[in-house]
Amino acid sequence: MQAIYIVKRFGVFLLIVWLAATLNFFLPKLSGQDPVRTKLLEQAALGGYVQGGIEEMVKVYQQKFGLDKPLWRQYLTYVGEISHGNLNYSIANYPRTVVGMISEALPWTIGLLGVTTMLSFAIGTLLGALLAWPGAPRWMRWLMPPLWALHAIPFFLLGLVLMWLLAFQFQLLPIFGGYSAGTNPALSWGFALDVLRHAILPALSIILVSVGGWALPMRGMMVTTMGEDYVTFAEAKGLRSSTIFTRYCMRNAILPQTTGLALALGQILSGAVLVEVIFGYPGIGTLLFQAIEENDFFLIQGIVFTVIVALGFATFVLDVVYPLLDPRISYRRA
Amino acid sequence: MLSYLRRNISLGVGIGLLGILVIFMVVGAFTVDTSAAQPLSVPALQPPSWDYPLGTDRQGRDLLAVMVAGTPLTLQVGFIAGFLGVGVGALLAFTAAYYGGAVDTVIRSIADIGLTIPGLLVLIIIAVSLKGSLTVNQMAIIIASLAWLNPTRTIRSQVLTLRERGYVEIARLNGMSGPEIIFGELVPNLLPYLAATLVASVSAAILASVGLEVLGLGPVEAPDLGMTLYWVQFNAAIINGWWWWWTAPLVVIVIVFLGLFFLTAGLDEIANPRLRRTV
Amino acid sequence: MDASTTVLRVEKLCVAYDHPLGAVRAVDDVSFVLRPRERFGLAGESGSGKSTMALAILRMIKPPGRIEGGEVWLQDTALSGLADDAIRRLRLAGIAMVPQGSMNSLNPVVRIRDQIADALADHGSRLSRREVADRVRSLLMQVGLPPEAAGRYPHELSGGMKQRACIAIAICLRPKVIIADEPTSALDVVVQRQVMETLGRVQQQLDAAVILVGHDMGLMAQFVDRLGIMYAGRLVEVAPIRDIITAPRHPYTRMLIDSLPSLEHKGRFVGIPGLAPLLRELPPGCAFHPRCPMAEARCRLEKPAVRAFGADATAACHLA
Repeated sequence: MQAIYIVKRFGVFLLIVWLAATLNFFLPKLSGQDPVRTKLLEQAALGGYVQGGIEEMVKVYQQKFGLDKPLWRQYLTYVGEISHGNLNYSIANYPRTVVGMISEALPWTIGLLGVTTMLSFAIGTLLGALLAWPGAPRWMRWLMPPLWALHAIPFFLLGLVLMWLLAFQFQLLPIFGGYSAGTNPALSWGFALDVLRHAILPALSIILVSVGGWALPMRGMMVTTMGEDYVTFAEAKGLRSSTIFTRYCMRNAILPQTTGLALALGQILSGAVLVEVIFGYPGIGTLLFQAIEENDFFLIQGIVFTVIVALGFATFVLDVVYPLLDPRISYRRA
Repeated sequence: MLSYLRRNISLGVGIGLLGILVIFMVVGAFTVDTSAAQPLSVPALQPPSWDYPLGTDRQGRDLLAVMVAGTPLTLQVGFIAGFLGVGVGALLAFTAAYYGGAVDTVIRSIADIGLTIPGLLVLIIIAVSLKGSLTVNQMAIIIASLAWLNPTRTIRSQVLTLRERGYVEIARLNGMSGPEIIFGELVPNLLPYLAATLVASVSAAILASVGLEVLGLGPVEAPDLGMTLYWVQFNAAIINGWWWWWTAPLVVIVIVFLGLFFLTAGLDEIANPRLRRTV
Repeated sequence: MDASTTVLRVEKLCVAYDHPLGAVRAVDDVSFVLRPRERFGLAGESGSGKSTMALAILRMIKPPGRIEGGEVWLQDTALSGLADDAIRRLRLAGIAMVPQGSMNSLNPVVRIRDQIADALADHGSRLSRREVADRVRSLLMQVGLPPEAAGRYPHELSGGMKQRACIAIAICLRPKVIIADEPTSALDVVVQRQVMETLGRVQQQLDAAVILVGHDMGLMAQFVDRLGIMYAGRLVEVAPIRDIITAPRHPYTRMLIDSLPSLEHKGRFVGIPGLAPLLRELPPGCAFHPRCPMAEARCRLEKPAVRAFGADATAACHLA
């Protein structure tokens, strides 16, 4: 694979980061309001209690981003701060920094999303491939309509139903949170198990809905692939059924699926955010929800920026991995 | 027509489900008092009964009235944003695909990069920035600002396949101008595909609007489906056992999404003859 | 003809395709034999059934197609009686197919050497990695490909190289019968010649018999010992190549030969008027009679039976 390809892809990634930062800067200005002032006013209106330390924060903020400075100056300062990894303080939780709060929440989300995405992709793709294969067990056909229907609804709706069914009605699984209230996070098996129990419902909501979305296109791709000349020749070569299924059919059918993965990441994340909110799962989604409730503008900005960067990076990684799967790609202009 | 529906099951199911919704909305508009969809209209937290067939919520809304009043609102957002999205998207797609070259590269790159960014998050930023409560239509326009990205991409690739076909060459040789070819030759052939894209776009827009609302960024006054779910979440209705509160909007939303989904699948089958089940 | 003198025997083979409007016979009552080390050509227009024949011999006909009747013998073994796994092992090891390599016959994401190796592995070979590599190298050498080709992907090879890679795969288990299905389509004349030379050479090295399926009469004339002509699913004539060219018995064969342009005299191109019939709508009697200049009343009513003319030739015509 040529180095220029990687460089190009990385360039796209940097572009996305820059775009995210810029959007983050300019969009709020549209309303012409100052988030810090607004918050102060709000708190004053609520009865005079002003969060301790806000005064200092306002001073720091004015110094750096003061609205009296020309716009381009503010922008440059902003970009400068971001590249140093400074996403400002959380307005509602001063003196905690945005980066600090995000670093606590992010691992939970990455854990949940990473595992569920991989599981859904693997299960869905394999299921789709089997559905297309004449040698597969017949009862599998019955799986398709319910999975297909499930796929149409958003993750969190299924989450609501599952929560009611399994957590409320049958009390099988915990309703809320990432781990049982009152326990201290620790590196122990007990804690790990607790985390797992709490993760099952959110994970299920995502997996059950996503599987159909992977299975059906894979089935279509398999059918197309099975009609190709090289599969006919593979059969004429007297290859075993399993060899043809994996090496000749799946191996080729999975290529468009992987492209689909890169494109779907954004949607999966958006859906996962809502799932987290429903279950109170301590990830980015819940953090975002809190931030919106508290009008913590810097935190919102920080989260959106981080997520966009993370997704951009994931897409970059997938883009680089793809030519490894399809040897034809490096020879086309990327 | 009916025999075709029997073959194209998806289309039939989709039309059927959406038909049920339409009937519900129309009949409801005439029989149900929608003023009861406002808070403090009726006793709170009543389970379903003859007086209140879908029960009432904590703020004293009659949930049947909420469904009747809210469903059209949710659909309204979807249609406005969806249509705008596909309209702009189609325009850009045709321009990019037909003229090619630098125009194509620019449009395509913007769309591709835009799609890597999760739409919901950008919408959140916009919604939060525009202080004050949004109206339903404002929310629709915000969603529309991103809704054109996906249609641009998909319609563009469809147009590209068509562009290579013979009749476009002939039209060009006959002296037809660009826009003439676009509207005279390409669009008519793409209609089924455009229809499928439109329905998908509406569905995505409704999803975005519900997402925004559940997060609390929607039009707070409106009794639409997403806001109802927000109140459900806010009041921890599931844990409190007020099952009727969330069942009603859930069922309606599921019908909306399933209906639109099957409709898209059915239209896809028309648009792409290879997907059709052969006789 | 007894089994010891033939390596492949096809007897009254019928292949039908089920269609809602009625079943269609793609291969109708075809019989011929293949002798050891013989080169047998199977020629015909598109839709004449020749490719279906090749698949049927390998028992690779899939629904909605099915083998309706007849039998194929590979030496002493009747193929229809074999279990699925047995016929699978017979493919490539007993009867090997060389497909149109220049097209899409090679797996795009697997290297050439692995496409040979997996054939060896699935047929129970216990060779070590080094032995497999040696085998691959010698096979490539046999077909005239450089050793570097082993590590390449199909898209990195030219059309002719891909075709020869397919030949290498086909001979890796030393089959007794090689069926080459239009191996030179989409190749230019120079490459065609190289490929045909390669095919002929490996055939001799293996002492194998070859069935060459195609529609290029000129190619047939240069390569095969005996030629069979297919029309509308029937084998209408079989004869040694010399005899077919100088004294064809069936009018269709005659018109095919006449239509070949000659380097010696200039003249007008002569074709065969009309179109081959749809298998679904075969005319009564002899399928060729609407286009036959010598058709008689009998031809319109009665389907001609296949008659033998000596040990080497058959023809299905009332007037032969």
